[in-house]
Amino acid sequence: MPKNWDPTVKSSFVDLHLRPPHKISDQTEMLIKKSAELGYGSLGIAFPIDAKQEEIFEIREICSRFGVDLVTRVDLAPKTVKELLKNLAILRRKIEVITVHCYSKEVARQAAKDRRVDLISFPLAHPRKCFFDSAEAELASKASASLEIELAPLLSFSGFQRVRLLSLWRGETDTAKKFGVPIILASGANDVYLLRKPEDYAFLSYLFGLDFHAAKQALSKNPQAIVERNRRKLSSNYVAPGIYVIRRGKDCRDV
Amino acid sequence: MPRRLRRRYIAVKVDSEKSFDKDAFYDAVWANVLRLFGEYNASRTELVLIEYDPQMKQVILRCSLAALDLLKASIVAITEIKGEKSVAHIALVSGTLKSIRKKMKLSSEKHSSKHMVANILR
Repeated sequence: MPKNWDPTVKSSFVDLHLRPPHKISDQTEMLIKKSAELGYGSLGIAFPIDAKQEEIFEIREICSRFGVDLVTRVDLAPKTVKELLKNLAILRRKIEVITVHCYSKEVARQAAKDRRVDLISFPLAHPRKCFFDSAEAELASKASASLEIELAPLLSFSGFQRVRLLSLWRGETDTAKKFGVPIILASGANDVYLLRKPEDYAFLSYLFGLDFHAAKQALSKNPQAIVERNRRKLSSNYVAPGIYVIRRGKDCRDV
Repeated sequence: MPRRLRRRYIAVKVDSEKSFDKDAFYDAVWANVLRLFGEYNASRTELVLIEYDPQMKQVILRCSLAALDLLKASIVAITEIKGEKSVAHIALVSGTLKSIRKKMKLSSEKHSSKHMVANILR
């Protein structure tokens, strides 16, 4: 056995988007188990806006059984800016990661400049609706929003669809790199056969011009930073940006 | 004098419900290389299947160093072998056959001990 090896230490790799079926089933368990086997330490699972606490608790329990940390996530696909703002106001204090799928330019711009949005993603079916241009990237970099790329379509698409997808992602990653927008790679897998090891995803990202080191960061450091930042904000010790409660009650007597 | 071709050995672990022969895997790799990179780039890979272990579902491939990234992406993109849903994971990459065999042996020992400790902890 290697020296200093601790099997209880969790992997630093994060898959921020696993898509198990809506109802908890064997497939949910299989997906989580396989992800743990492949070396992920944390898994992001999207819940509906009106998800019950019991449902989240049940999935958290399955995750802990396999030694994986659950990251709660909500995917928003608002039609208007008003709808986006309304949902953000409701959800920001409840959910760890909020992703906005941008189907219109107005929503994309608002999502990029809103500090409550963690991830932005763009539709794959309509390349003309990819609003991740330099203006969008500049807004995102100032507001600390990240660009999410889900890799499952890359494995399931073929022919012209895949060509278009790769070209789209190459453009997006170039823009993101230019403006310093963090990139997040996620599996987006709803099937065990679409899951790959973190290193394998890093090899795949060669296809759209992301180097191995940047791809590994997009699977570990970047998503970890989002989760840590949001967990700190969601904790009861958070007061305002940069202000935290470090002692309470009896601890404060000597100060 | 022509420069010596620099090569790399890749150990691949295949995850699939049904068993398959080595030609089926080799065909799947070639199909992906051709689909993703075309015939011109495929000709630069110098791809050879060195060893296939049907029990462990492990394969060792040899390719040119220049085409290593290209080949790694193609292997990972495999979704089916002989019409059956399959996944290929890159286990190791090494410069010599001797060292890749040594590393594979070490990693399988490490994996089994890790599995044993995880079971005890559970």
